[in-house]
Amino acid sequence: MPEITRDEVAHLADLARIDLSDAELDHLAPQLSVILESVASISEVASADVPPTSHALPLTNVFREDVVVPGLTAEQALSGAPASEQQRFSVPRILGDEQ
Amino acid sequence: MDWTRRSAAELVEALAAGEVTSVELTTAFLDRIAEVDGQVRAFLHVDAEGALATARASDERRAAGELLSDLDGVPIAVKDVLTTAGLPTTCGSKILEGWIPPYDATVVRKLKEAGLPILGKTNMDEFAMGSSTEHSAYGPTHNPWDLERIPGGSGGGSAAAVASFQAPLAIGTDTGGSIRQPGAVTGTVGVKPTYGGVSRYGLVALANSLDQAGPVTRTVLDSALLHELIGGHDPLDSTSIPTEMPSFVEAARVGAGKDLTGVKVGVITELRGEGWQPGVMARFDEAVELMVSAGAEVVEVSCPNFVHAMAAYYLILPAEASSNLAKFDAMRFGLRVLPEGVDAPSAEEVMRATRDAGFGDEVKRRIILGTYALSSGYYDAYYGQAQKVRTLIARDFEAAFAEVDVLVSPTAPTTAFKLGEKLDDPLAMYLNDLATIPANLAGTPGISVPSGLADEDGLPAGLQVLAPALADDRLYRVGAAVEALLEEKWGGAILDRAPELKGASA
Repeated sequence: MPEITRDEVAHLADLARIDLSDAELDHLAPQLSVILESVASISEVASADVPPTSHALPLTNVFREDVVVPGLTAEQALSGAPASEQQRFSVPRILGDEQ
Repeated sequence: MDWTRRSAAELVEALAAGEVTSVELTTAFLDRIAEVDGQVRAFLHVDAEGALATARASDERRAAGELLSDLDGVPIAVKDVLTTAGLPTTCGSKILEGWIPPYDATVVRKLKEAGLPILGKTNMDEFAMGSSTEHSAYGPTHNPWDLERIPGGSGGGSAAAVASFQAPLAIGTDTGGSIRQPGAVTGTVGVKPTYGGVSRYGLVALANSLDQAGPVTRTVLDSALLHELIGGHDPLDSTSIPTEMPSFVEAARVGAGKDLTGVKVGVITELRGEGWQPGVMARFDEAVELMVSAGAEVVEVSCPNFVHAMAAYYLILPAEASSNLAKFDAMRFGLRVLPEGVDAPSAEEVMRATRDAGFGDEVKRRIILGTYALSSGYYDAYYGQAQKVRTLIARDFEAAFAEVDVLVSPTAPTTAFKLGEKLDDPLAMYLNDLATIPANLAGTPGISVPSGLADEDGLPAGLQVLAPALADDRLYRVGAAVEALLEEKWGGAILDRAPELKGASA
């Protein structure tokens, strides 16, 4: 039976860049175990010779004429940003003082 | 005259005959929203000013004999997952609270170019994850048939708006049944078009390979009118199909003649039996009998891999969703939350705090599940296998459609359940979509038509009709026939039997 531990959920949340509280981890871990158990049968359904389908349509590259069309202005593109400065997204710093 | 009770097709006729103006219609629906939406909570945002301005322009065009479309002047509501320039788009999430997109989704652009007043944006499960509209960050929508019950999900707002006469038409999106399942439990008509038949540009993606926008209406003909308007190739969407489709409106008008002679209908063996509500099954069986009486040949068809569809779906969807929702990083748009107790937080710390505060439980659950399914060591066992099951389901459809013209099943296994009843049991919640999911995995179209009221609770049930990809016209022919046959039996539309909301306590 597949089981996902509290520590594994914390690790996955870390990979997904979500801070989870202890209460959230306690709540989510057992629920995810139940869900994973219910979908585990999938690993036995299809034989090796069945090709995977990633998409309902057979996707191919689509090309358009290379013409200049009006796009968003800088003001429009930045209109939903939490903070902007000098026509750029303003983001928190990445490097600390010691770096 | 209560215009809000009329179908969109009837409103088109009334506008053409000069019996009513678009401003009068739009005002009637805005008044209805003001009257009952406090109880139903179908709308997240109402744009009275914008809708009336569009209505005024429509009336001026009509006076000048320059209509933009058949539906010019008929109001509509739009699910809050489609971007609307100048109007808030939240996807039911706190992480996008207050965000006003700088551009229109192609579907929205087409509505505007066709002259339809947009009444507002409808409530939904956060990022379309859910089957009950209880996972909206702005509170649940209530089913107009029983305000203590769910309106289905994730497009419960659109379905409830149409069912409670707050809008004659609405747009929904269907990733695993989010148009059809709410349609079934609210007594409305919902259509998931062929994948790629309606542009997905500007639809905030939950799962790219599954999402599809489509109509939510009170009649099959209204869905056909709306589908023709929003459908067609869009060069802005690389998954949009460039193929011309047959006329859906014509197919619906043919179906309304109640003749199904020559149509071969397959009843899906795997989508009935144990676990299905008896009242839902009884209404389904009655509808199938009526199809036989109208000349259809009905046979039982087995789609053996449909039983694995839910498992495949709940691996593929979270995998795609975990990738799609990575863009909500607190940098470019939406919410930004600074972590507590950190003097100079890094971008990553801000992102973590924002995503924890901005996403609800169901979204976090699916992002983590998707991250797990795509992680090294599990990819082949879960995601890779799920993609293979997708192949098997497509093969089931192919084999079935070699035998029959359309497939039918109940749309959802039960009628609307009570709000809160399944909130702590995600697996039970997911089971609501088991009949609708196969069509999303294979990209085939489907419609849900009201099939009547279940004996146990007097609540609406739905009949689902599925057709091969690009054969959406078959949905409208068969759906309209079933609708006409049932309405003849009932002596009117199912929504005429819905309880009156007026005067109920807010």
